[in-house]
Amino acid sequence: MRYSRKLAGALYAAPVAAFVLAFFVAPLLLVGRMSASDWPLLAGDLGINLPDNYAGIADNPLFWPAVGFTLKYTGIVVVILIGLSLLLALIVADRRKGTGFFRTAYFLPTTLGLASASLLFFGFYSPAIGPLDPLLESFGLGPVSWLGTPTAALWSTVVLIVWKFAGFFMIILLVGLQSIPPDVYEAARLDGANRWQSFRHVTVPLLRPALGLVLILSVTGSLLAFDQFFILTKGGPDNSTVTVVQLIYREAFQRFDLGAAAAISVVVLAALLVLNIGQFRALRRDDQ
Amino acid sequence: MSTKLWTTSYYALAGGLTVLFLFPLIWTGYASVAPAGATNQQDGFGFGNYVSLLEYDAGLGRYLWNSAYVSILTVAFTLALSIAGGYAFARFTFRGRDTLFLLTLAILMVPYSTLLIPLYSMLGDLGLRNTLTGLALVLTLYQLPFAVFMMRISFEAVPKEIEESAMCDGAGTFGVLTRIMLFAVWPGLITVGLFSFLAAWNDFIAPLVLVSEADKAVLPVAIANLRQQSMGAIDFGATQAGVVVMALPCLVLFALLQRHYVRGFMSGAIKG
Repeated sequence: MRYSRKLAGALYAAPVAAFVLAFFVAPLLLVGRMSASDWPLLAGDLGINLPDNYAGIADNPLFWPAVGFTLKYTGIVVVILIGLSLLLALIVADRRKGTGFFRTAYFLPTTLGLASASLLFFGFYSPAIGPLDPLLESFGLGPVSWLGTPTAALWSTVVLIVWKFAGFFMIILLVGLQSIPPDVYEAARLDGANRWQSFRHVTVPLLRPALGLVLILSVTGSLLAFDQFFILTKGGPDNSTVTVVQLIYREAFQRFDLGAAAAISVVVLAALLVLNIGQFRALRRDDQ
Repeated sequence: MSTKLWTTSYYALAGGLTVLFLFPLIWTGYASVAPAGATNQQDGFGFGNYVSLLEYDAGLGRYLWNSAYVSILTVAFTLALSIAGGYAFARFTFRGRDTLFLLTLAILMVPYSTLLIPLYSMLGDLGLRNTLTGLALVLTLYQLPFAVFMMRISFEAVPKEIEESAMCDGAGTFGVLTRIMLFAVWPGLITVGLFSFLAAWNDFIAPLVLVSEADKAVLPVAIANLRQQSMGAIDFGATQAGVVVMALPCLVLFALLQRHYVRGFMSGAIKG
């Protein structure tokens, strides 16, 4: 009986095990080998060429600009996204008239796919049918080239991403807010704390785990940005909005060099692992 | 600050933000039917842009079918794997159990783009590149950590007594799973199904990389390509009609399954 139950368990787990080995472990090993090989898209494996692909990364004229841009974009998005989603969560946390409606309104953009949202804003920012220029014109302003300069393209994309994801992070923070017991606020009020003081000294510390999750998710998501720049700015103007993941895509499918793309992929993986371990450690230390 | 002033500024802020969040959504619905130059909807309001979509390249019907097929296949793969796996992790002990569970969660740590390059090459060797089945398998991979985690906690939450009484009646583990456990974990099944459907329906980079034949394109890729239609000029009207077509199923599912949405996020919060 014991033995057969063990066997049954292993049998139920077998499909997941086979799938994870075939579609996760095998490609993970393969990307390592590809990064060490001369591997053109069409010709396939032409043998080991270590360390050419890795050495080539630093010589790629787009690599450092892409790293710099991705970091800058991540910094901006994370700060605005956390600030706004915290504001939204505070707005909808209290049960008063209309909060259910506000909650739904802020969350609705989250239901769209990122590619759909990017295509939406592609039209939204366009001079052809976009509503922004006519709106500005009625105040005697504009027109503005929303995607025409590097700075405008960056901020226009930030607006898209904040619009799309603020409601998602709002829900995570809302769950965190609702898990704070009301009597803690009551105690703070009895101690004479005003609204700001109870926010600063009660809400923020107790919200730490939820804020940590929002931080990790938004940092990782922004560092791996692709859809929004591929669709909205196409990396332009003048390659000013090329992200690291876009660079991988370009190396592989526009310059047909899978080896070089694999090498950048491995570097990105290593950087993210270090970053995530660092973030987990920092958050855990804060908890203690 | 007086309570009245506080209330007024609260509603001014909340209402103003509501307008900002809803405006692009309302605008895209409006722009898809409004008259505009260089679109198929020149005079008055109407569905000319949707007609362009129906006639575009392989036709909207084809792209809708491709997207629906990939999404439903992804849901089927994800559910089958996570039901069996979740049951195994929750109710059985076997060698390598913890290692396999951690390995499944570790998929979350590896960026999508890192795996797409080798998967592109592997699917080619397996004859699955440029197939919707191959695409669904890759999309399943990224649903697996959440799905297996969700099904494991769902199975763990079912009281053991129910299972044991069925065992005494002579049911095997498979009978217990299909006749009892699946009914007990159905909220988890809906959450997993919902999230894997939405992820597959909306995914862009995997179909972009793995499927290059035009008549096998899924909706997001087809609509993104559509922009370059009609002699280099961008058909903005048809693009917004495409956004509406892609968004509608997501909005309908959200309206129907709101509770399961939040449930998914909650378990995400526990995970972190």
